Amino acid sequence: MLGCRHEITLIGEEPDLPYHRPPLSKKYVTSLTEAEGLYLKPKQLYESEHIELRLGCRIKSLNRLEKSVTLDDGATLPYDSLALATGATARRLPASIGGDATNVYTLRTLADARALRDEFAEGRRLLVIGGGYIGLETAAVARSLGMQVTLIEQAERILKRVASAETASYFRALHLQNGVVIREGVGLDGLELLAGRAVRARLDDGSQMDIDVVVAGIGVNPATELAERAGLAVVNGIVVDACGRTSDPSIYASGDCASFPYRGLHIRLESIQNAVDMADVVARSMLGEETRYLPTPWFWSDQYTTKLQIAGLHHGYNRVAVREAPRAGLSVWYFDDDRFLAVDAINDPKAFMTAKRWLMAGFNPGFDALADPSVELSAIPEFVLTPKNTTQEI
Amino acid sequence: MPTIIFIEPDGTEKQVGARVGQTVMEAAVQNGVKGIDADCGGSCSCATCHGYVDEAWQEKLEPADSMELDMLDFAYQRSEGSRLTCQIVVGEEMDGLMIRLPVSQA
Ligand SMILES: Cc1cc2nc3c(=O)[nH]c(=O)nc-3n(C[C@H](O)[C@H](O)[C@H](O)COP(=O)(O)OP(=O)(O)OC[C@H]3O[C@@H](n4cnc5c(N)ncnc54)[C@H](O)[C@@H]3O)c2cc1C
Ligand code: FES
Repeated sequence: MLGCRHEITLIGEEPDLPYHRPPLSKKYVTSLTEAEGLYLKPKQLYESEHIELRLGCRIKSLNRLEKSVTLDDGATLPYDSLALATGATARRLPASIGGDATNVYTLRTLADARALRDEFAEGRRLLVIGGGYIGLETAAVARSLGMQVTLIEQAERILKRVASAETASYFRALHLQNGVVIREGVGLDGLELLAGRAVRARLDDGSQMDIDVVVAGIGVNPATELAERAGLAVVNGIVVDACGRTSDPSIYASGDCASFPYRGLHIRLESIQNAVDMADVVARSMLGEETRYLPTPWFWSDQYTTKLQIAGLHHGYNRVAVREAPRAGLSVWYFDDDRFLAVDAINDPKAFMTAKRWLMAGFNPGFDALADPSVELSAIPEFVLTPKNTTQEI
Repeated sequence: MPTIIFIEPDGTEKQVGARVGQTVMEAAVQNGVKGIDADCGGSCSCATCHGYVDEAWQEKLEPADSMELDMLDFAYQRSEGSRLTCQIVVGEEMDGLMIRLPVSQA
């Protein structure tokens, strides 16, 4: 809370108060948690902070010349500065292969999760399409409810876009142990419908299977339509500078929808860390503070009782060091030659928190230290700083 | 409904009626208590729901599990009664539980 004295209006298309999305694919579907348990802040807080809520309202158009937005209920609201945090929308399976069947779901919103709660029940057959985090988490939740779960992944392995083969192997084994049928390198040819529901899936290896429910976890598209129609620069996300400002100086963007400068590139992240930290920078910029967004990315995923925590971004790695961890855990350390990039810490919060600190401090432990199992994590700063290793870049 | 007493970072005392079965973090957030971020929404992944359990209560609560302890090792200004409040499930017997919140969560 920065003590802003301006009038703030928060407009959101969904009817619920802003909420935590991560539990939707984790404990929400299986637990009896009410939606209030997911809310970021209680209603009174918006009132006491004088934030006017316009929920269940979609912004139809953004009129930059007159600095106003038009809502789907016809109202037009003026702004001095505007923040676009429109997030992303889940990709759907094409209707041409049966994607519009009533039992084919995506998992992005509370409404999606509520619908899945009704569909998920012991013994039912679930087909999960996509072996990314959302697909894997959904498979885990469904298994814990006693469903029969098959997960197909079109690429040669699960987690292809987001993690190393080592991390993927760990999670493949975990799901196999828990009774999920995982089929990698297999895509969907089409769904056969009966009275509007998908009842059978034809896979591209020629096999077929009977199904009761389908969940597609095949990625998201940044919600850039509003920005695009208003003529803002959009390239895989709404393009912003380090302060979160778009190509229009009174308009900012943050979170899943925004593409920001990072180490000489423009990137987009889909994570809570990014949504929270970038919103902070945007709020400060809007109030005239000089700030720059220099994130230390982090992420997590919960599957069964296993926790994965990721610090850093692994893009551009060419080798990994793998370390064993307590609680049947593992940590996978990503390097570009000797430059430390990221860690996947499985049941190993120590590795996660250590890596996060190192990345924030710009400290490079070097590959050799991590690859040597006899060197404790807590001893690595000294290890790297001993004369033997003075050639290492720190 | 057990009452939990939170001491906000600036010293303000807030008494909150908590529901049995929810977590201490949820009780705080849903009642607008200041000083808890809870970025990960209670998944023991972020350590931004850190609080100090009053001495009188430290022994009475179920001890932290090893994952929570490892996260706490890196929490900002860890001390004796440090806990991640998302890992404490409210029970009937917790009426009067007092938790101080740190000045910063990071
Ligand atoms: C099931 C699931 C699990 C996840 N798990 C994790 C996890 O474990 N860890 C992690 O770090 N991240 C996780 N994420 C990602 C994380 O939730 C997102 O990165 C985060 O929610 C992004 O926040 P945001 O504010 O940018 O966008 P969103 O949360 O997508 O919010 C955007 C909002 O804007 C609204 N909107 C869009 N266009 C308009 C318009 N024209 N008018 C009005 N309103 C509009 C949308 O309806 C939406 O409510 C998960 C996401 C999902 C869906
Ligand atoms: S809310 Fe993130 S660790 Fe408790």
